[in-house]
Amino acid sequence: MAQTYHTTVGSRSYRFASLAELMAKATPPRSGDRLAGVMAESAEERVVAQMVLAELPLTTFLNEALIPYEEDEITRLIMDDHDANAFAPIRHLTVGDFRNWLLSDHATSDVLTEVKAGITPEMAVAVSKLMRNQDLILVAKKCRVTTAFRNTIGLPGRLSTRLQPNHPTDDVTGIAASILDGLLYGSGDAVIGINPATDNVAQSVKLMRLMDEVIQKYQIPTQSCVLTHVTNTLEAIEQGAPVDLVFQSIGGTEATNRSFGFDLSTLAEAEAAAQSLSRGSVGRNVMYFETGQGSSLSADAHHGLDQQTCEARAYAVARKFNPLLVNTVVGFIGPEYLFDGKEITRAGLEDHFCGKLLGVPMGCDVCYTNHAEADQNDMDNLLTLLGVAGCNFIMGIPGSDDIMLNYQTTSFHDALYARRVLGLKAAPEFERWLEEMQIFQDVSTHRLNDQLPAAFANSLRHLPKEPRHGT
Amino acid sequence: MAHDPSSPIVVENPWERLNAFTDARIGLGRAGVSLPTSKLLAFQLAHAQAQDAVHYPLDVEVLSTELTQALDLSEAPLRLHSHAQDRAMYLQRPDYGRRLNDESREYLREHLQQAAVSQQRFDLAVVVVDGLSALAVQQNSSPFLSALYQMLSSDSADWQLAPLTIVEQGRVAIGDEIGGLLNADAVLVMIGERPGLSSPDSLGLYMTWAPEPGLKDDRRNCISNVRPAGLQIEEAARRFFLLLKEARQLKLSGVKLKDRSEDDVLEGDSASGSTRNFLVAE
Repeated sequence: MAQTYHTTVGSRSYRFASLAELMAKATPPRSGDRLAGVMAESAEERVVAQMVLAELPLTTFLNEALIPYEEDEITRLIMDDHDANAFAPIRHLTVGDFRNWLLSDHATSDVLTEVKAGITPEMAVAVSKLMRNQDLILVAKKCRVTTAFRNTIGLPGRLSTRLQPNHPTDDVTGIAASILDGLLYGSGDAVIGINPATDNVAQSVKLMRLMDEVIQKYQIPTQSCVLTHVTNTLEAIEQGAPVDLVFQSIGGTEATNRSFGFDLSTLAEAEAAAQSLSRGSVGRNVMYFETGQGSSLSADAHHGLDQQTCEARAYAVARKFNPLLVNTVVGFIGPEYLFDGKEITRAGLEDHFCGKLLGVPMGCDVCYTNHAEADQNDMDNLLTLLGVAGCNFIMGIPGSDDIMLNYQTTSFHDALYARRVLGLKAAPEFERWLEEMQIFQDVSTHRLNDQLPAAFANSLRHLPKEPRHGT
Repeated sequence: MAHDPSSPIVVENPWERLNAFTDARIGLGRAGVSLPTSKLLAFQLAHAQAQDAVHYPLDVEVLSTELTQALDLSEAPLRLHSHAQDRAMYLQRPDYGRRLNDESREYLREHLQQAAVSQQRFDLAVVVVDGLSALAVQQNSSPFLSALYQMLSSDSADWQLAPLTIVEQGRVAIGDEIGGLLNADAVLVMIGERPGLSSPDSLGLYMTWAPEPGLKDDRRNCISNVRPAGLQIEEAARRFFLLLKEARQLKLSGVKLKDRSEDDVLEGDSASGSTRNFLVAE
């Protein structure tokens, strides 16, 4: 039974017509919620909404679905998979008490692991709306989410990177050059992942083979992924292609995912198919998901919810399928959803916190587009904050410049900066490989080798002689 | 390990020559683990240019004159404006950029009535839109349309073209409204794409069959990265013309059209002229 929410502050009375409206109005300001027409109308109304939200029992979110159970398979997933036993220790809390509890010394890493199956995305998102950036960082840091395929990602004190060697025409030499550059800067332990320029099965299989050959030849303890549609990857598996990870962009409503051309059963099929190949050596996490605030609104599939709530519901989808990596591509969508560096930073911290609290192996594409009010300094800040918060992985791209997708994300250099200032390391299996290959002089102090390692010097001799200019 | 004081401050990468094979910023070298000053400043310059490209206003007068001359038009292009009054509004309200403002809609209707072409159907309406890079539109529309008009006029089939339009503060979907008002079977939107660091001048081409307001992306076909250093103008015009002919034959556009035409693997275009991966060559 939906209810309305009233309160009075001084001489003004406030009314919130639904739980969805209350959640939206309690959200720190961002352009996407303004675009959707769900944002608080004043700064005061926002804080009042947060105060009302703080008084709500967590059980409210089990009794009242933001999108009706009958209409949305993600709501059904959230409700049906809720673990009442795991929820028991926090069942009596209000949203405001939940914040206190998360910050308290009661909520140790082990306790947070035990309760995660009792937390729904809506509970996570509600409490995050009351939290300052430092709260989001502190609690996320306590959450431990570790996954594995050919190496182990998310261990304490580790920061992994996706090596992203995109090229606007999928040119083999161009991609190989970016892979080499990345490996020699210590990048690629989360995954070597390519966004294909041409999105079809034949092209994807070609890129899968390219990466598989490199991984095999140099015996790299990492995994590859072509970021093509899940149905393309399923077809590639049928054709016998070397698929390590299955990629899909996911959203937090059934309608969003339908607009992306899949549903939950597709993901179940994909996970089973990839696991049947048994290509992992130290683990069986075979899915790679990408998310980002604003995708549901962009697909006109947000059901009047604020964009952060839609985003957190996507993590319920993610955790169902045991992903190796979940990546919130925070600044890619553009200024109509996250206007500037401040909004991007807040969203990145919220997504990382909500994901970790729900038990999702969260990484972040710390990024922006050229039409957003953001620059490299904003990215430096968010990268540092996420490094402190224990983010599982970030992107690594040559010189921050994705020449295929036309946006800026973290570079190979940026990752080394974060590892150095925060004392973080690559995944342990990959770190050993970096040392054995002599890519680093001393991997513990992040000292790179000034010389070209022997194995790669040999490969450079096979370069095509004359590059053709001006394609 | 002690540091050798005679070693250079900036360490160059021995694989730097690989940057001849890609526009990616590889082999940058490093000061410690950070970007050397020269590479940092080169990046900042590229970002500044891309930001400027977003805010650079389209010079409609100049473009209009240029197109009229280059295409030998009997009337100057019609000048239209979206519902987004300025760039700040444009960036925050994509919905405003997708529809004409009231004056423009009225102007278009009046023009059609005066020209006594309101009942006429056209085969194609070309809509030039500033989008996120007016620079791309300013520099590339005239060469592209010259190439396209040449192909259309030398084709065996007859192509009736609707009046050319130029739109300020527009997004892709605004072409569907304009194409619908102009009674065009197909619309081509030429729009400045989200500028990349190495491509502030990239033009996107979007085609819709049977345009009308409210259509989604799945009804459109896109040819991207049209610029001198990307997809060459002539080649882009050739690809678009093929797509247009196929759309006219099948009377559809978008995902269904794409499904029929895109099973190709990119390899002929290699910058290196090689399809071999040097990292695994024996």
